[in-house]
Amino acid sequence: MADVRSVAEAVFRQESGRILAGLIRISGSFDRAEEAMQEAFSTALATWPEKGIPESAAGWITTTAHRKLIDVVRRDNIWREKQTSLRYAAELAGFSPGPDLEDSLMNFPDDRLRLIFTCCHPALNQEAQIALTLRTLGGLTTPEIAKAFLLPEPTLAQRIVRAKRKIQEAHIPYEVPPTHLLPERLPSVQAVIYLIFNEGYTAASGDQLVRIDLCSEAIRLARVLCDLMPAEPENLALLALMFLHHSRRYARIRRGELVTLEEQDRSLWDQTAIREGLTLVEKALASGAPGPYQLQAAIAALHAQARTPEQTDWPQIAELYEKLLEHNPSRVIALNHAVAIAMSAGLEAGLKRIDDSGATGELNDYYLFHAARADILRRLNRPTEAAEAYGRALALATNQVERNFLDRRLRHLNRLSELG
Amino acid sequence: MRYMMLIYSKEQPGGLEQEASQRNYVGHRALMDEAARKGIFVAAEPLAPTSSATTVRVENGKAVVTDGPFAETKEQLAGYYILNCESLDEAIEWAARIPTMCKGGEGCVEIRPLLGIPVRPELEVATGQAVAGNG
Repeated sequence: MADVRSVAEAVFRQESGRILAGLIRISGSFDRAEEAMQEAFSTALATWPEKGIPESAAGWITTTAHRKLIDVVRRDNIWREKQTSLRYAAELAGFSPGPDLEDSLMNFPDDRLRLIFTCCHPALNQEAQIALTLRTLGGLTTPEIAKAFLLPEPTLAQRIVRAKRKIQEAHIPYEVPPTHLLPERLPSVQAVIYLIFNEGYTAASGDQLVRIDLCSEAIRLARVLCDLMPAEPENLALLALMFLHHSRRYARIRRGELVTLEEQDRSLWDQTAIREGLTLVEKALASGAPGPYQLQAAIAALHAQARTPEQTDWPQIAELYEKLLEHNPSRVIALNHAVAIAMSAGLEAGLKRIDDSGATGELNDYYLFHAARADILRRLNRPTEAAEAYGRALALATNQVERNFLDRRLRHLNRLSELG
Repeated sequence: MRYMMLIYSKEQPGGLEQEASQRNYVGHRALMDEAARKGIFVAAEPLAPTSSATTVRVENGKAVVTDGPFAETKEQLAGYYILNCESLDEAIEWAARIPTMCKGGEGCVEIRPLLGIPVRPELEVATGQAVAGNG
């Protein structure tokens, strides 16, 4: 029995996105598709212990789910939604399960691509996009997603219900956007995957294991995106970027404390992930003018290649941040650029850059602004000003791990001044 | 599916300059003609400015009438389109081309699917028979 359950769970995690995507295409409804798939899994759990686990468990579930879907559609096929139901019934009439069918049902890559684009449609808010993507393509259950995002389960369930309702009511299409729309639609898919990764990576609060799981899930989704659209260099770069960040997962937290890139034990970096990341970066960069993920991946690659902090190619990193600023003039990138200048052209130049960007006063409430200033002042051996900046950063930071880090730096500076 | 596109823009006292107003009109005319040629045009019309708006609310069975629009917002409802589109994506493409500066300034377009009213639903409920609807 334990075997049956673990096989079913493995199929769910690995294949449910694929199965669901096909069911949604045929039924035109997320709810019916989910209902059919759940029934197929229940049937598996009920019959496998007696009849044995089929050779192709995933194929069995797929075929069973498609049969269940016919039942679900027939049952719902009352006067409500007549016309649309008729269309599904007509499509289903031509549907007769057979040995070849499993294969064709399992290998319809466009289905998952359609599903990604629908889940990440800009007409849905980003929180809904993330929840829906994890739920449908990620094979995560609602409680799992709620736990990973530290949200009450009803809140998340409500978010998913609303998103599905909007897809239905507003007729958000279930299709891969035409080529002329791709430049505006693909970035929202990439953004959702990267946000899922970042949620697992940066917010180092809550259940650590669940969070590393989110990173793996994002990597898996990016891999699917690369498989489905292999000619798109930004997809490869996104995957590369995540591999390169992920390679430092064991080095960046020590005993619950954040360890900066400079202070990390580089022998803890996952070399397999780095190799995979570097190969992907090369492939992504081979194609002309780099987009934002290619630039970020190139920066991460330069860090990953430095065996010691001193070997870091800061001048090139500063150059890459400058190009990145052209794509995305955000304050966090501007700060990173300033830090790279501090590390390459000189600390004074970096400090001047940071102070210039803060001259308008709009960064005053941004903790990273003060943290970055503090770090450069510390390096410049101006402890009083550094301590003041750390204090302001600490007053603004909300994440516990980041607060601990700032607090540690501040206490260290205070100790130094007592000694001096 | 029919989508209603509600045009919101910032009203300017005195309205648009003549040249801008003309440009605006030409933009709408061209878009409406194109939609009509494609066979998806249902309706479109500008609204008189909110200074002409009257709001009616029934309270305790009595109609309470007030001057002005029901909500004071930064941008005001200025006109609408109804187009028959395949999906939200098609509706978004059309909406993005609607000139939004009807009464001055930039603005935005809100897209809402129209649900339609089934023809004589009571008959359907009473007899259980399918009746052709327009939903």
